[in-house]
Amino acid sequence: MEGAFAIVVGALFAVSVYLLLSGSMIRLLLGIFVLGNATHLLIFVAGRLTRDEPPLIPDGLKVAEAAIANPLPQALILTAIVISFSLFSFLLVLAYRAYQSLETVDTDRMRDAEPEAARQVLRGSDV
Amino acid sequence: MNSLILKTATPFLVGLTVLFSIYVLLRGHNVPGGGFIGGLIGASAFATYTINEGVAATRRAMVFHPVSIAGVGLFIAGLSGVASLLFGDAFMTGQWWFPSFAPDLKYLSTVVLFDIGVYLVVVGAIVAIIIGLEEST
Amino acid sequence: MLLAGVLAPFVLAVFAPTVKRVAGPATGWLLALLPAALTVYFAQFIGTVSSGGTITFSTPWVSDLSIHLSFYVDGLSLLFALLISGIGTFIVLYAATYLAKHADLGRFLMFILMFMGSMLGLVLADNVVTLFVFWELTSITSFLLIGFNHASPRSRRAALQALVVTGGGGLALLAGLLLMAQAGGSMELSTLLQSGDLLRDHPHYLAILILVLMGAFTKSAQAPFHFWLPNAMEAPTPVSAYLHSATMVKAGVYLLARVNPGLGGTEIWQTVLVAFGAVTFLIGAVLAIRNTDLKLMLAQTTVASLGLLVFLIGLGEEVALEAAMAYLFAHSLFKGALFMAAGSVDHGTGTREITRLSGLGKAMPITFAAAALAAVSMSGLPPFIGFIAKEWVYKATMGDFWPLAITGVAILGNALMFAVALLVGFKPFLGRQSETPKHPHEGGPGLWLGPVTLAALGLLAGLFNGLSGGLLVGPAVWAVAGEQVSVDLYLWGGFKTPLFLSLATIALGIVLLWRSRAISSTLAATFDRMWGPDRGYDQFLDLLIGTARTVTARLQTGTLRHYLLVTMLIVAAVLLLPVAQMGDLDITFRIPATDFYIFGIAALALAGGFSIAVFRSRLIAILSMGVLGVAVALVFLLFSAPDLAFTQLMVETLSVVILALVIARLPIYRSDWRGWPRAVRDSIIAGAVGVGFTLLLLSITSRTLDLALSEYFAARSYTEAYGRNIVNVILVDFRALDTFGEIAVVVIAGVAVLSLLAMGGRSLAGAGRAPDSAPDSAPDSAVTGKETS
Repeated sequence: MEGAFAIVVGALFAVSVYLLLSGSMIRLLLGIFVLGNATHLLIFVAGRLTRDEPPLIPDGLKVAEAAIANPLPQALILTAIVISFSLFSFLLVLAYRAYQSLETVDTDRMRDAEPEAARQVLRGSDV
Repeated sequence: MNSLILKTATPFLVGLTVLFSIYVLLRGHNVPGGGFIGGLIGASAFATYTINEGVAATRRAMVFHPVSIAGVGLFIAGLSGVASLLFGDAFMTGQWWFPSFAPDLKYLSTVVLFDIGVYLVVVGAIVAIIIGLEEST
Repeated sequence: MLLAGVLAPFVLAVFAPTVKRVAGPATGWLLALLPAALTVYFAQFIGTVSSGGTITFSTPWVSDLSIHLSFYVDGLSLLFALLISGIGTFIVLYAATYLAKHADLGRFLMFILMFMGSMLGLVLADNVVTLFVFWELTSITSFLLIGFNHASPRSRRAALQALVVTGGGGLALLAGLLLMAQAGGSMELSTLLQSGDLLRDHPHYLAILILVLMGAFTKSAQAPFHFWLPNAMEAPTPVSAYLHSATMVKAGVYLLARVNPGLGGTEIWQTVLVAFGAVTFLIGAVLAIRNTDLKLMLAQTTVASLGLLVFLIGLGEEVALEAAMAYLFAHSLFKGALFMAAGSVDHGTGTREITRLSGLGKAMPITFAAAALAAVSMSGLPPFIGFIAKEWVYKATMGDFWPLAITGVAILGNALMFAVALLVGFKPFLGRQSETPKHPHEGGPGLWLGPVTLAALGLLAGLFNGLSGGLLVGPAVWAVAGEQVSVDLYLWGGFKTPLFLSLATIALGIVLLWRSRAISSTLAATFDRMWGPDRGYDQFLDLLIGTARTVTARLQTGTLRHYLLVTMLIVAAVLLLPVAQMGDLDITFRIPATDFYIFGIAALALAGGFSIAVFRSRLIAILSMGVLGVAVALVFLLFSAPDLAFTQLMVETLSVVILALVIARLPIYRSDWRGWPRAVRDSIIAGAVGVGFTLLLLSITSRTLDLALSEYFAARSYTEAYGRNIVNVILVDFRALDTFGEIAVVVIAGVAVLSLLAMGGRSLAGAGRAPDSAPDSAPDSAVTGKETS
């Protein structure tokens, strides 16, 4: 079972990297979205896949008696999902604002912070 | 969106969803649910409301600014952690109160308070983002 | 109490600028009280130490690592402590007068006091880490002192050079000291140095030796690191007088003397120290006579003296160590006095150029007296302590083992020093009075008290050689030799070889003195254009900066794609290299036949992923995201993670809402602008990363999982935290602090989004930026195949 999902996880990572390497802002954002999902699955599968009971303690018992799924990765992933969602929202808005003011979605042209001219000066100067 | 059915149903749907989200939040300690999931459900309710009724209506419905709600949530979560210091435990050690009239309740605790904080943070922050985006057009 | 003695200068340093503001002209006298008191405090140990005792003090610092603030007083550290605090007293006085009109005198005195404290800590330290800390503190405070005239670029260069050289050596020293502590099994020098054989026979002995010598040689300006010392003459004269007589540069010599019982005595120790010392001795002496600036001449003789000291410690015999300690004592006195006298001449006349100075004796009689006394001691004439020291140097070079060349080096070096000493001490004061930029005049008592006292002490130490030998030099020799030997200094040793060698030295010295102008100009013509380590230092730094710049230019291209490309290549390498290293993977690939619909979900996830990769329109992009998200949610649901499935579904919904809001406002291109070659390259990298993660996951899942934590949480979820949903209990109770941090991030993300949006229509880049032309101006229709790389 894990083997099959290992392939899915790998494929999702590949898709994500391919999108990240594109010079287009939107593809980059989608790449990050896929990256998040791939990572959540990676942690989940690494914590073992099981069709046992969910990590709940039945009423009347103090400790679950039947085998239950591994609760730790689930707790980790739960917060990771919410955090990566917050990050994704932030990046979307950042991309939108960058497009508004720079008027391009081509990351190669988004270089107001490190303009080509300034780099020339840096290279030629004597520190 | 101009669907009449949706427009009519929205206030009820949203009210019900928010109620449901609080239910999910409170039952979360024992069955699937909790602050994160409840908060996301609540946020999606307000997102629906915003899309159908507009930003102004959502603001009215939420009474407070969404970022304030998130901030208050963070504050409550932090406060619930401080409580344990009064009892000589480490920061964020859960504290329970077993009232004499219902000794099996096991519910009145700083842990539940913390979860409520999480709920408010998630609702507040996400609604803030959606409202902000909706307004910026 | 020892700790208080070391820390007191630091405490006073903090208040030095305030004292200066309040006390005005009396500042020097007030601040000098502390070093004077310290001198008295250390002097009271003389009784204990000269009868063979030691004083220790230790207070825990980082006990777990056996690092203690421990101090230790024996003959060697006492001699140094007395010189540091004693000469320091006069330096504070001198500086307050010398720089009386300087706006930053308060700061200067602060640095001097801090330096004094660091130096005291260094020579008294017992713990190796304490020693290192103070060692580096002296590097840092001397950086501040040398660069005191920070408006001058030469000053700044000299300060940085001193810091780079001595601080760099300090790092080597740290490694050496730690290795030594490990080899000897103790962090305390007093214990460590008693197990000398253990250290000398240790397999790491050579490494320890090289590292410790790196530290000592850089600090004590041994060739080829001697260049920083003359450059440091950019500092105000009080700094030179202090750093280059008894303190900073002597720290390296102190270190060698200190570790001599532990590391010394081996053949390599002797060879290296004698060779480097002799070369430095000669280089310093030759460069001293080549220069015509009083301070530079003195600086070069300091280099020479340091070389001589290293040379003597390297010889290692008892008489050589006696010579070393006697010379160290003599040198501190006469060099301090001469530097201060040279400063007074500069102060009084406005020049330090020896060719322009003569006949000052009448105008500056007190300075002349001090300079003359100190110069005679330096030239090695009786009855000064300098004479005794030189006699002992000759006695030491006469040992059976050392070839004649060693004695020759000593004679040549000493003759040069003799000439320079008399030049510096007498030339400016005798003869017809010369024209100088300022009208020559004697300074206040602050200026002459120091040189006169030190020079007079040089005479007294020579006359009362029984006292100086028995109380100061002798105990120091015990500490260096590691055993109590009888030390008996005397002026008259009879008509024996050392005396004849002394006479030969004086004769040669007089010849050199007579021809000094010619020698100086010949040397200047020969050496000034030669490549030297000073230029080498510049070349090294240029090379370093050039390399850094090249590397930066290659890595920091300013293009996001390149950064990502490099990052992803490294990710792929990190994932794949260990697999390639380990060879065969132990992978179990079990697929239960019953779970066929699991493959359906896996296929759904893959389909979603791939359609995102190749999307051509907004709708497809949003739709594929939804498909992928739901597929992941289904995986969570199927494999017993209802909380996750729930969360994932909600997040999915909200993501799509937000994405729809944003993506509608951004232009979408059908092609993603990369041509075939780039697309293939990117696919290969992406594929490598993907395969890497697959292999990683397969190798993780084929091993046993450590469930200790999970079981801990599962067992305590209800019994201790009264919750039946273990995942939720972990989030809000067991790991609540993590969750608290995470919800803080969520709040920050919300605030950040609002701030971004609140910037409204204002351009992030400022006004006046012309919009890019095609292809951005034609969204949704452009199929341009733009190739940028």
